[in-house]
Amino acid sequence: MNHRIEGVGTNRQSLIARKMLTYNKRQFTENMTGRTIAMLCAALLVIVVLSITYFIASKGLSTFFVDGVSISEFLTQVKWDPEGEPALYGVFPFILGSFLVTALAAVIAAPLGIGAAIFMTEIFPGFGKKVLKPVIELLVGIPSVVYGYVGLTLLVPFIREQFDVLGFSLLAGGLVLALMILPTITSVATDAIEAVPQDLRNASLALGATRWQTIWNVVLHSALPGCLTAVVLGMARAFGEALAVQMVIGNTTKLPGSLLDPISTLTSGITLNMGNTIQGTPYNNALWSMALLLLLMSFVFIMILRFLGRKRLVK
Amino acid sequence: MSVLTMQDTIIKTNNVSVYYGEKQAVKNISMDIERNSVTAFIGPSGCGKSTLLRSLNRMNDLVPSCRVTGSIVVDGIDINSEQVNIESLRQIVGMVFQRANPFFKSIYENIAFAPRFHGMTDRRELDELVETSLRKAALWDEVKDRLRDSALSLSGGQQQRLCIARAIAMQPTILLLDEPASALDPISTMKIEELVMQLKEEYTIVIVTHNLHQAARISDKTAFFLLGELIEMDETGKIFTSPENDKTEAYISGRFG
Ligand SMILES: Nc1ncnc2c1ncn2[C@@H]1O[C@H](COP(=O)(O)OP(=O)(O)OP(=O)(O)O)[C@@H](O)[C@H]1O
Ligand SMILES: [Mg+2]
Repeated sequence: MNHRIEGVGTNRQSLIARKMLTYNKRQFTENMTGRTIAMLCAALLVIVVLSITYFIASKGLSTFFVDGVSISEFLTQVKWDPEGEPALYGVFPFILGSFLVTALAAVIAAPLGIGAAIFMTEIFPGFGKKVLKPVIELLVGIPSVVYGYVGLTLLVPFIREQFDVLGFSLLAGGLVLALMILPTITSVATDAIEAVPQDLRNASLALGATRWQTIWNVVLHSALPGCLTAVVLGMARAFGEALAVQMVIGNTTKLPGSLLDPISTLTSGITLNMGNTIQGTPYNNALWSMALLLLLMSFVFIMILRFLGRKRLVK
Repeated sequence: MSVLTMQDTIIKTNNVSVYYGEKQAVKNISMDIERNSVTAFIGPSGCGKSTLLRSLNRMNDLVPSCRVTGSIVVDGIDINSEQVNIESLRQIVGMVFQRANPFFKSIYENIAFAPRFHGMTDRRELDELVETSLRKAALWDEVKDRLRDSALSLSGGQQQRLCIARAIAMQPTILLLDEPASALDPISTMKIEELVMQLKEEYTIVIVTHNLHQAARISDKTAFFLLGELIEMDETGKIFTSPENDKTEAYISGRFG
């Protein structure tokens, strides 16, 4: 046999050596094809994301660089009158509204969602896993217009009668959003709590801790980054929600004095004004600037989530 | 002094059987465990060593299908009677598991965990207790400069000693160790063995082990289990040199198990 391969070895080694140096044609082609398809998809995705960002940024920034509105006035002024003489582009009421309604939703939904997650995993795991969890996952998929409609027909009249006000309000928006993000928070928090090793619960109980001490100090403590992730995910969804909110908050650009006053948000501001504007006008560009703000906020949410994700790995 | 007499029994089990559902995992076990001694449980896998150990601090209560019959008396009290407070019982009868399971907290917080729950709030007192517990677990010198670091930054052997220190910090009377060294390297194992021999000055220790040499080295009494039954329990020296029962003989000479 003279299967000698240069620089590799003697005849005795040559069979093995040959095998090591041989490509399997099919494996090779498959591998290359797979890699090419994956790269193309990734490239396409990057291009789409970059062009959307570029598009929104170029439109949004022309408010400041073409139409000459000052950035600080845009962000801090409280008067929104784009069709007035002179036109006023103060979007602070929208920004404030978005943050208030999101914060309110989170304050209501976070304890409820995490509480429900504890109930399903620690207190009634059987019932929780078989009945509650699927139901909650189903709720995640309900379209937001349904939540808005429920808010409009039940919540707004209820608030109107209870407090003798208009009904369309920050409170209504916060409640509708809370209801909407509750399933998200519950289901993500449930996964986080379930991922806490059983060993830790046993260790705690074996040290003479009660069940509640164990849930509070060991289970929740270990699942904290996951629970925060759940809340931030919920907040991101709430911040970007347009339809459901718009149906119940009243959409005035006056600054709210209380929970019962009507407000506007960035999203509802955009959707409601969009129809009145013409491409390229300062009014239209101002709406794009608001969209740019939303985009920046979603980057912030993503950064927070990444940070939390890393934290979860480190501990 | 009665403490010095050999008849000072701290745990007395009488006809203890443990069932998982219909299946009987532990069968009619009666044994006495002496104060400040090391008792080793040996026997092939699945013979019920862990099950019996877990019923000594009622960790089996956590398994819904589990039922314990017979009586387990610790220091004169039947631990399964209704008046017994389970948290206090587990504080008296501490337990360390096979796999080290430190909390996702700092070294300090791991040790301070139980004392805090049992009402210790004074900072200085806690600091002191953390130090003495770590010293007793032969870990102090290795961690004294990094008490605030995560417990998960410790090596496997250190984590297991941390778990022992954590149990010691609740000032138990009895320590149950379920194969505490089975996942460790020889040096860590040796450290744990030395530790056990020191700890018996202060605590009564029951240790499950698959390592017969370990049982022979560190225990005063050895109990051999087979298929849920207690085959033989005696002075360790006797079990390993001239056991009464043929099955014990067969097991320790490596003919099965
Ligand atoms: N939670 C449980 N549910 C049902 N059966 C169990 C449970 N835990 C243990 N068993 C059964 O009880 C018997 C004794 O188990 P145990 O864990 O006490 O054995 P062991 O002697 O500790 O074994 P090993 O040396 O492998 O740890 C086994 O047959 C096991 O299958
Ligand atoms: Mg076992």
